[in-house]
Amino acid sequence: MTGISRRTDGAGLSRRGFLAAAGALGGAALAGCGSAEPQVATGPALQDEYTGEPVTLRYWHGFTGGDGPAMQALVDRFNESQDRITVEPNTIQWNQYYQRVIAAVHAGKGPDVGTLQIDQLANLAARQTINPLDEVVTQLGLQESEFPQEVWRNGVYRGSRYGVPLDVHSLASYGNRAVLQQAGLERQPRTGEELEEQTRALLAAGVETPFWMPNRWPAHLIFLSLLWQFGGEPYAEDGSRATFDSDAGVQALTWMRRQVDAGISPPDVAQDSQYVGFKNGQGAYTWDGIWQINDLQSTDLDWDIAPVPQVGDQPASWASSHHLVLFRQRDPDDDKLLAGKAFMRYLLEASSEWTAAGMIPALASARETPEFQESPQAALADAVPTLRFLPPVPGLGDVQVQTLEIAVSNAVLGREQPAAALSGAAARATEQMQANQQKFEV
Amino acid sequence: MTDTNVSRPATGGASALSVEAAPRSAAPPVRGDRSRKRDTRDAVLFLAPYLVIFTVFVLAPLLYGIWVSLHDYDFTLPEAPWVGLENYTGLLTGDSPFAETFWQSVQATWLFTALTVPLLLVLPLLVALVLNQKFPGRNLFRALYFAPYVLGVAVVAVLWRYLLDTNIGLVNHYLGVIGLRDTVPWLTSLPWAWISLVGVTVWWTLGFNTVIYLAALQDISPELYEAARVDGANAVQRFRNVTLPGLRPVVLFITSVTIIASVNMFGQSYLMTAGGPGTETRTGIYEIAEVGLRQFNTGQAAAMSLIFTFFLMVVSLAVFYAFRDRDARR
Repeated sequence: MTGISRRTDGAGLSRRGFLAAAGALGGAALAGCGSAEPQVATGPALQDEYTGEPVTLRYWHGFTGGDGPAMQALVDRFNESQDRITVEPNTIQWNQYYQRVIAAVHAGKGPDVGTLQIDQLANLAARQTINPLDEVVTQLGLQESEFPQEVWRNGVYRGSRYGVPLDVHSLASYGNRAVLQQAGLERQPRTGEELEEQTRALLAAGVETPFWMPNRWPAHLIFLSLLWQFGGEPYAEDGSRATFDSDAGVQALTWMRRQVDAGISPPDVAQDSQYVGFKNGQGAYTWDGIWQINDLQSTDLDWDIAPVPQVGDQPASWASSHHLVLFRQRDPDDDKLLAGKAFMRYLLEASSEWTAAGMIPALASARETPEFQESPQAALADAVPTLRFLPPVPGLGDVQVQTLEIAVSNAVLGREQPAAALSGAAARATEQMQANQQKFEV
Repeated sequence: MTDTNVSRPATGGASALSVEAAPRSAAPPVRGDRSRKRDTRDAVLFLAPYLVIFTVFVLAPLLYGIWVSLHDYDFTLPEAPWVGLENYTGLLTGDSPFAETFWQSVQATWLFTALTVPLLLVLPLLVALVLNQKFPGRNLFRALYFAPYVLGVAVVAVLWRYLLDTNIGLVNHYLGVIGLRDTVPWLTSLPWAWISLVGVTVWWTLGFNTVIYLAALQDISPELYEAARVDGANAVQRFRNVTLPGLRPVVLFITSVTIIASVNMFGQSYLMTAGGPGTETRTGIYEIAEVGLRQFNTGQAAAMSLIFTFFLMVVSLAVFYAFRDRDARR
């Protein structure tokens, strides 16, 4: 800089000097809004009540389904319960949520608090988007023993905790009772053999295609559940390798495709149509996330919910968890951090009300409450210890979209044999995971 | 010819003289030149706002993009190591984990373009020729053909995704009603997925090209048709010798705009097929968005974009060359 300004001294502004000056000005303008990088800060210790200046908190979440109104009700109640903190919620589809929130935080326009899925927690931690919460957990007085073990453990990335679990949500089997009764069936199957018997009975009773097999979402969740049931692991725990092409994976995917070949599922089930079909009375079962509970409750379908049947050697089901997080800021503000922690505490205390979203509260005590015990998803409570989660590896979720999901889709559509589809995708996934490992080492 | 050739150097010499030596007031022959100079200054003044916008929103991002493509760039990480041309060579040699899907997406893009552009050049012309006739209800039909273009890509894609659903869609339902095959996998199998995407895109954007053709048709002087008729030309001859030449500048415009729009296809496959089956209908822009915006491999995605831009420039030049004004040399 000094070199250039000396050159332009006295001789008016040369073109090069002008460009340099303009560049410097731009740089200064950027530097003007605090630090260029989001900063780690969790503020002073939280007292019983927030007593600071009145603040407005920006809260981002992705509850766009039947869970949306339940979150809005909790936020409204919080805003009415006190007059110093106003929470402004912003709902973004999960599909878009992460890329947006990462970009927003790095641009210095990020929200203060958020809810996100555990699969993305490590990713956002590695990308300097969320704050480590070890001290906050102590301030909130939370104990490991109050939460399902794996949910609690997966909130940690590189020795620091980044999220506080709000709930658990898993894959489940929905049954259309009216259709099941056509074949004289009283309850949903508990095992793979029972499912086979039931589908045979349903086909015999004239129910065409009782169990639709999707090729896209939630096909990969079905695949992961079955893979775990057959004793496999989709990825190495340390994030170095994809292992979903193991025998367990091939067994899982072969089973999925067999539903189509056996005429139990129609071929070529396009995006979302297995669920829309089920909602309109087609088919006896559909496997989907428990977040659909509220949506189904608003229809006049006669349905019930059960854990995913045990097709493999052990019970298992894909699950995820919504975690509460504090986003990093370029200019951390103590009042906002305190208010954010107060809001987190409020949401945790409201865990049992959160049942209304169709979720299973993460807090063990909330699962004892009548609110939960009387909810449809209480039928899944016993399955909580068999729920399985993806390992906390940054970037893994996005690798999975590009590899595993496409392999599952290709095999279910019959475009590729399960083994070939999986081994190709696993090789690509391993390459991308190793590239990610290098990238996040810094 | 000779006249202008001789006079040009003369004025050139005079203007050079006027700038360097001659006092302005004492050089009456130069007045024409002075006004010409003022003219260019005005032009620059009027163009400046656009040049600023062009620099800020096109040129600077392009240069920044080139710089990004030379790094292992991820804006969420503190360091972006310099990798030179590695992002490019990885894609060209297949070493990059994204090379396979990238080249597949490039192929898919060209396939889509090759299928869409001829349809979007010919069909709108036919529609425009019909709509240019005088018949009752003409304005209603003009509006009807243009109507889909008003809809956003999200509306169009979601609408058709449900209409074309294999198992619960209306299209297959009515095919069954009239006794045809009602299990066509419109969105989950090839070649149906391409047929759906091309069909929907043509339905959606046909109106735009039609309106441009229509305007150009109305611009062709009726006297030319009359003269042709007097000379004994029949309808086909009039179309070939009057209509088509009259449309040429507009055809150039429509061709390049349609090619660019087709190459940039994203929303239709993102929403209707999710790039499927597999990654078959994933286009270049789709792949770049996935790699750059979702996975934050910005350097890699920038390299992809620039390779893509290069192809697009080659094609655009080819189009301009094919439509170059052959009369200009005469």
